[in-house]
Amino acid sequence: MTEFTPFVRKDMLEPRDPPGNQQGPIAWARENLFSGPMNTVLTLLGILAVGWLALHIIPWLMHSVWNANSLSECRAIIAQTWGPDATGACWAMVRERWHQYVFGFYPMDLYWRPTLAFLLMLVAIAPVLYQSLPRKMMWFTALYPFICYWLLWGGTLWAPIVVLAGFGLFALAFRFAAPKLGVPVSAGLGLLAAAVWWLFVQTPLSTALNGIIPLSIRDVDSDQFGGFLLSIVIGITAISASLPMGILLALGRKSDMLLVKSLSVMFIEFIRGVPLITLLFTASLLLQYFLPPGSNFDIILRVIILVTLFAAAYIAEVIRGGLAALPRGQYEAADALGLDYWQAQRLIIMPQALKISIPGIVSSFIGLFKDTTLVAFVGLMDPLKGITAVVRADINWKGIYWEPYIFAGTIFFLICFGMSRYSMWLERKLKTDHR
Amino acid sequence: MAFVQDAPKDSFRLGMLIYDTRYRSITIQVVVLILFLLFLSWLVNNTAQNLAAKGRTFDFGFLWMRAGYDINQRLVDYTNDSTHMRAAFIGLLNTLLAAFVGCIIATILGVVIGVLRLSKNWIVSRLMTVYVEIFRNVPVLLWILLAATILSETTPQPRDFRQTPEMEQAGEEPKASMLFGIIAVTNRGTVIPEPKFCIGKPQAECDADPNEGGLGVIDLGIFKVSLNLLALLVVFGGSIFVNSRITKQANATQEATGIRPVTWWKSLAVLIIPSAILLWALGLHFVVPELKGFNFVGGISVLHSFTALTLALALYTAAFIAEIVRAGIMAISRGQSEAAAALGLRPGRTMSLVILPQALRVIIPPLISQYLNLTKNTSLAIAVSYMDLRGTLGGITLNQTGKELECMLLMMGIYLTISLIISALMNLFNRAVKLKER
Amino acid sequence: MAEQAIDLSKMTISDEVAVQISNMNKWYGQFHVLRDVNMTVHKGERIVICGPSGSGKSTLIRCINRLEEHQSGQIVVDGTELTNDLKNIDKVRSEVGMVFQHFNLFPHLTILENCTLAPIWVRKIPKREAEETAMHFLSKVKIPDQAHKYPGQLSGGQQQRVAIARSLCMRPRIMLFDEPTSALDPEMIKEVLDTMISLAEEGMTMLCVTHEMGFAQAVANRVIFMDKGQIVEQNSPREFFNNPQSERTKLFLSQILGH
Ligand SMILES: Nc1ncnc2c1ncn2[C@@H]1O[C@H](COP(=O)(O)OP(=O)(O)OP(=O)(O)O)[C@@H](O)[C@H]1O
Ligand SMILES: [Mg+2]
Repeated sequence: MTEFTPFVRKDMLEPRDPPGNQQGPIAWARENLFSGPMNTVLTLLGILAVGWLALHIIPWLMHSVWNANSLSECRAIIAQTWGPDATGACWAMVRERWHQYVFGFYPMDLYWRPTLAFLLMLVAIAPVLYQSLPRKMMWFTALYPFICYWLLWGGTLWAPIVVLAGFGLFALAFRFAAPKLGVPVSAGLGLLAAAVWWLFVQTPLSTALNGIIPLSIRDVDSDQFGGFLLSIVIGITAISASLPMGILLALGRKSDMLLVKSLSVMFIEFIRGVPLITLLFTASLLLQYFLPPGSNFDIILRVIILVTLFAAAYIAEVIRGGLAALPRGQYEAADALGLDYWQAQRLIIMPQALKISIPGIVSSFIGLFKDTTLVAFVGLMDPLKGITAVVRADINWKGIYWEPYIFAGTIFFLICFGMSRYSMWLERKLKTDHR
Repeated sequence: MAFVQDAPKDSFRLGMLIYDTRYRSITIQVVVLILFLLFLSWLVNNTAQNLAAKGRTFDFGFLWMRAGYDINQRLVDYTNDSTHMRAAFIGLLNTLLAAFVGCIIATILGVVIGVLRLSKNWIVSRLMTVYVEIFRNVPVLLWILLAATILSETTPQPRDFRQTPEMEQAGEEPKASMLFGIIAVTNRGTVIPEPKFCIGKPQAECDADPNEGGLGVIDLGIFKVSLNLLALLVVFGGSIFVNSRITKQANATQEATGIRPVTWWKSLAVLIIPSAILLWALGLHFVVPELKGFNFVGGISVLHSFTALTLALALYTAAFIAEIVRAGIMAISRGQSEAAAALGLRPGRTMSLVILPQALRVIIPPLISQYLNLTKNTSLAIAVSYMDLRGTLGGITLNQTGKELECMLLMMGIYLTISLIISALMNLFNRAVKLKER
Repeated sequence: MAEQAIDLSKMTISDEVAVQISNMNKWYGQFHVLRDVNMTVHKGERIVICGPSGSGKSTLIRCINRLEEHQSGQIVVDGTELTNDLKNIDKVRSEVGMVFQHFNLFPHLTILENCTLAPIWVRKIPKREAEETAMHFLSKVKIPDQAHKYPGQLSGGQQQRVAIARSLCMRPRIMLFDEPTSALDPEMIKEVLDTMISLAEEGMTMLCVTHEMGFAQAVANRVIFMDKGQIVEQNSPREFFNNPQSERTKLFLSQILGH
């Protein structure tokens, strides 16, 4: 039987380099660019595409003009400097109009207010984005919406304070009722108390207080808002309001109670079934029919409400996916520990479901932020269409099209791309945190 | 809890409405129902008051009245004497056309880009990544506006296509020329060749006749159906049926003998030849646009608003579809293709028998929801004044009649119906292909 | 585990060479995974390959059916040399069966369809016949009654036995196993090992990466120990376990048998 000869290796072999043609940039290129006829063709096409783009974009960017008062002046400068056939970018428009892209028609002398609000916003969202920051900062985050409202719209400081007091009332009522009556009932009671406060006490109280101690700054009207200021106000408000609403809707959709469930389903499917534009038109045209006669409130607020409802329906679906991905054992374990429904949701289910849904939630937020540009169609000055239309209507900048779109598009890109990177980072971090 | 359940029925206390598991959910639901009904009646009441204050009524009678405005893209007959309902119908067709064409282009582009993004070719996969990131991180409105502006501001005027005798003598070329000699992109629109049918008449006579040549049309009342297209549809449907029989037969042969007969040439012949013969018999030919005076005659003029909207939506959605396709293929673990290879299956068969059937289950549901998004996004037609459903029913009709409530509700209802139909189809699909797990 | 005595005399080893590997080297990029591997496998041999994690065991047996490409040296399987020639690769793959650590069953196909897929499309066997063969092998691995279920509905041990049956349906001459039991619970391990033992008793040529030492002692006619991409020691199981020669082997055995 020829089987085998026993064998023992005395000296271990050292690693060697791969045969000559398998290292260095040439090997890399062969493997990644020219590993077959198909691949070679693709590479050549790719190089052609890059080359073509570079050939058009680079000279155009190189011939940028920053100092000019009109498009024709820009063109004249380009023709003068780089020859009659040269094309170039006319960034002078951005230089002259950037403030409109950022602030819309907000009074120039008050630019510090939105700027301050923006900086404070960074402080306010920092503890939300980075868990390692002190939790105490959350108090500021909770107060921030009121500060921001006051800074942006101006008026008396008492108005936001009294609104805040309404929330305090809600919290108080909830606090006392919750142990006895359960979450839904006491939330209802709290809401009732707060609603009464806002409807009947709000205006007289804040006017009275302002009469005693006047604490007001100049009013700024909603139609003076525009540009990225508007996008960010609508986007951030709708984002932060739609998440809790989306959670409630998702829970409603998973509820055992037939009525709650079908109401949630109807709401979600209706909102997801119609385009956002129709909802925005609802805000601008129909809301006046649905509200009590004579009531008329701010268009930005109306738009924010509708955009929030819109985003909430999408987020509810994302969270429902996250809930569905949780193993049944988690629900059962929570029940077995004797937690009631809301405790189980708050302590066990939601933290995990939200974690699973992070990518979906963030991409909904990105979608929402991009969609804030649609407010242009109800007459608001969004940075893409609204402001660009204003710029292009100016005789000096008539006919300019690449530069405004590239400028506004780049800012959108940076914000949205940043958000998606952040969500990837968070996802990775949460994954490793739980090893 | 168990004690409460064992309690006799007669000792009902009011507290049980809240604390007893049996009554609690009913109590809550009743409260919710009452609140909901209150809210609803509040809305209805407000609306009624507001309508009364404005001296308006709530009725849909205006739909049967004369619209009185023109629509620049009509797939079926429409004049400004038609009703508002007809105008809404034209708008709906325009919405569906943009959605349909957009979905097709987006799918093709998206699949190609998604697959190329997975390619081992470094430069190509990087380029595709850049495409995806740029397109999905910028509002779709920007792509629509940019496409519309470029199309209307950088394209030549029709007269630039002309070559005057002087230019001919000087040996100059006209400033603009047609794409492939058949498509003219002008600042007024894109003119493409028009297919015409012609039986038993000289071609020139058919071309001069604005009516459909060939077999003609039948009038269904609501719209006219081209008999030529109908015939083509019937013949092609027949071809597909025969082809499926051929495939079935091939399957049967394979099951019986193990050898699969080569059928691709049969399929190809069955699918192409009958339709080709029919088209030839119907006298299909293309009328290429020609410059006459200051404009193009002949051919079909495609509005820039349509091109810009469709193209921008397709490019934007393609980025999302590419990601879906990539994720779908990556979701199939490498083990699957290795196992198939270890069994001796060739890469092509591995793809069609093992990878694709699994990947499609992952890909199709999000793909359909992208189609849904694209369809809803066609309402951005407002940015380029394309006359879609929103432009007709929710635009001019709404403004002319002042029937804001009715028009908006009707429009939302139509969009909702489209969406619900699409998601119903998706649910059917999901149920059909669900993987069996323990 | 596999201590039941099996009749080794029934298992004949012929002179015929099944796999011949000579001076084979493989790199992943700059990383030298397999270094000068030489190995001859005769028909009917049962070889167990063991070694520490990352030593290149999987890579070695994956080279044998060219799931991985080697860069220098020669691999000849059943008289066919593995080159870039697709025909040779097809031929080798249809004669070599492989069982993976994670089963890799096709989740969208039933058990029966999993087993008939390759015979129908590669071997071009009529469906009926392929199904009969499949049922034969499924009864052999003792799960004929699961034929119409989907992989997701079976336990791990059952899935792995289906994977073995799926490979057997191609009537391979050589079977490769890459840690077939390491993703399984102890109870299921026995099911799978029993199946492998009965396969050995029928004289199948087997190369098996495993850390089941009981299996190695009972079934293998030779044990190969690998470290750092090279064969460090090879010997009969008795010699290998009772009288290891190299220091590396002793260390490895003390770790693996120590507890
Ligand atoms: N595709 C790959 N690319 C680069 N390196 C790889 C690849 N596959 C494996 N390696 C490396 O090659 C070495 C050998 O891997 P191999 O899977 O063969 O080890 P192994 O002996 O089977 O280990 P284990 O017992 O953990 O399965 C490891 O160091 C591994 O990191
Ligand atoms: Mg391994």
